[in-house]
Amino acid sequence: MISTRRSRIFAQLFLSAMVIVWILPIAGMVVSSFRPYAETSTQGFFSFPDTLNLDNFRDAWGRGNFVRHWTVTFIVVIPALFLVLWFSSMVAFAVSRYSWRFNIALLMLFTAGNLLPQQAIIIPLFEIYNRVPIPTIPLLSDSGELRGSLIGLILIHVAFQSGFCTFVLSNYMKTLPKELNEAAMVDGASLWRQYWQIILPLTRPALAALATLEFAWIYNDYFWAVALIQKGDNLPITSSLRNLSGEFFTDDNLVAAGSLMVVIPTVLIYIALRKQFISGLSVGASKG
Amino acid sequence: MTGRDRRVLVAMVGVPTFLHVSLIWVPAIFSLGLSFTKWNGFSLSRISWRGLKNYQQIFTVFEKDFYEAVLNNLWVLFFLFVIATPLGMFIAYLLDKNLRGTTIYQSLLYFPVVLSLAVVGFIWKSVIYSPRQGLLNTALGRTAEGNQIDWLGNSDFVIQLTENYGLSRNFLALIAPLIWQHVGYIMVLYLAGLKSVDPSMREAAGIDGATEWQAFRKVIAPSLRPVNVVIMVITVITGLRVFDIVDVLNNPTGTDVLSLLVTEATSGESSNLGRGSAYATILLALCFAFVVWYLRSTFKEEEA
Repeated sequence: MISTRRSRIFAQLFLSAMVIVWILPIAGMVVSSFRPYAETSTQGFFSFPDTLNLDNFRDAWGRGNFVRHWTVTFIVVIPALFLVLWFSSMVAFAVSRYSWRFNIALLMLFTAGNLLPQQAIIIPLFEIYNRVPIPTIPLLSDSGELRGSLIGLILIHVAFQSGFCTFVLSNYMKTLPKELNEAAMVDGASLWRQYWQIILPLTRPALAALATLEFAWIYNDYFWAVALIQKGDNLPITSSLRNLSGEFFTDDNLVAAGSLMVVIPTVLIYIALRKQFISGLSVGASKG
Repeated sequence: MTGRDRRVLVAMVGVPTFLHVSLIWVPAIFSLGLSFTKWNGFSLSRISWRGLKNYQQIFTVFEKDFYEAVLNNLWVLFFLFVIATPLGMFIAYLLDKNLRGTTIYQSLLYFPVVLSLAVVGFIWKSVIYSPRQGLLNTALGRTAEGNQIDWLGNSDFVIQLTENYGLSRNFLALIAPLIWQHVGYIMVLYLAGLKSVDPSMREAAGIDGATEWQAFRKVIAPSLRPVNVVIMVITVITGLRVFDIVDVLNNPTGTDVLSLLVTEATSGESSNLGRGSAYATILLALCFAFVVWYLRSTFKEEEA
C-alpha cells in the first residue's frame, strides 16, 4: 500500500488536533485540582493559574474517606477480576477447543447475556439478593444475606462481565492451532492440564487486554453497588467523590482533586498492560 | 476423552454457567413476568396480576415520557453512528500506519474510556458546561451574570420534529460526553481488528499499485467484517443502555432515557415494580432484537 508523505502529514495533523480537543477537558480538571476554589470561581477554569498547591488533594483525601472506600473497592475488584477471567477462560476453552453438542448455544447464551441492560435485571435481582442468606464474614458480608454484602457485589460483577470475557477469550483461543490439543492428548495430558498449562499461557495477551478493560469497568461501577449495597461505608470509591459534593455548595476544585486520585489506579493498570492491550483484544478477527 | 476429563469439563462449564444464568438470565425472565403484575416490592403475597395494564398505562398515561425517552435513545444512537463510531474507526486506521507518536495518541484518546462516569460527569458539568467558569462560556465570552448560556438547563428543542417531540438542547449537551468516551472504545476495538489483517495482503496490494483508498476498500475492509459487526452491536447496545451519564448529571428535564424510566418507576412514593419491569421488558426486547440479529449473522458462518 502506498503511504505518501502528504498523507502522513495529514494523519499527524489530524491526530494532534483530535488529541488536543479530547484531552482539553481532562487538562482543565488536572490544572484546577492544584488551584484554590477562590481563584477559579472568579477567573474560570481556563485562566492562567496564580497559585498552585496540593491543598485540594489533602482535603479530598480526608473528606472523601479514601482509605475506607479504596479498601472496599479493592476487596471487590481483585477477586472479581480474577474470578471473571478464570471462569470465562474455562468456558471459552470448552467452547472453542472442543466440539460438543451445546457449545454454540452456550457461547450464544454468554454473548447475549453480556448485552442485556443492567436496569432490565436489577428489580428481580434485588429481590433475589434480599432472600438469599449467606454466612456472616467480617467485611465481606455483615448483613447475613447477599444484599448488602461485598460477596454479592463480587458475584454480580463476575456473572455480568463473564459474557463479554467469554466472547473475547473464545475468539482468541480459536486462533490457536488445533494441533496443540491433539499433541497434548497424544502425550496423555489431562483436559485440565491442556487448559491450565498449554492454552491458558498462550491466551495471556487476551487476558491482559481484558484485565485492562474489566479492571476499569468493575472499579468504576456504581450502579450495582448503589442498588445492592445499602451501607454508605461499604460503597466503592466513586462514593468518595459524592461525599465531596455538598448539598448546596460544591467546591469544584476539591472534586477535581478527588477525581484525579480516583482515576490513578485505572491509568496505572493501562500503562502496565498497554503492550498487550491491542494484540489481545480480538473481538471477531478473521480466523488465523 | 476419559470419564474424568468429561467430569472436569462439565465442572469447568457448569459453575460459570450456573452463576451467569442464575444472576443474569433468571432475573431477566422474572422482569418479563413482573411486568404483568402490580407490586410494591415488599412481601411476595402482595403481588397482584394486572395483565397488560402496565403496558397500556405506558402507552396512554405515560405516553409523553415514554416516547420522549425512546426518542432520546434514538438520538444517542444517531450521533454515535454518525460521529463517534466512524471517527473512532478513522483514528484507528490512522494509528495503524505506525506513525511517530502512535502510542501517545492512542493512550490519550483512550483515556476517557477508563474514567469513572462520576468523573466524566464532573468534568462535563463543571469544567465544560459550568455557566460561570466553564470552558465553553469562557471561550464564548459569556461568563458574565445575565449573559450566561445554561448548557444543561435549557430544554428547548434544537431540532423540532413535532409540537411535543424533538432534540432538546440539554440532551444534545449530554450526548457530547457519550461521543467523547465512545470514540476511544471503538478506536481500540477497530485497531485490534486492523492489526489482525494479514500483512502480506497489504504488501500485495502495494505491489499491485493500489491507492490507499483502494487498498482499504478492497483488501482491509472486507476482512474486517466480523469486527464491524461487533462494533455495530456495541454501538447499538451503548445507545440503548445509556444511563450513567444522564443519571450523574442529575437528569435535567427533557433528558429521560428508557433505562432511567425503569429506575424512576421503582423509586419514590408511588413506586410500582410492575411498571418498572414493563419498561425493563421493552428495553430488553429492543436490545434483544439486535442481539438475535447479531448472533444469527455471526454464528451462521461458524456453523457453515
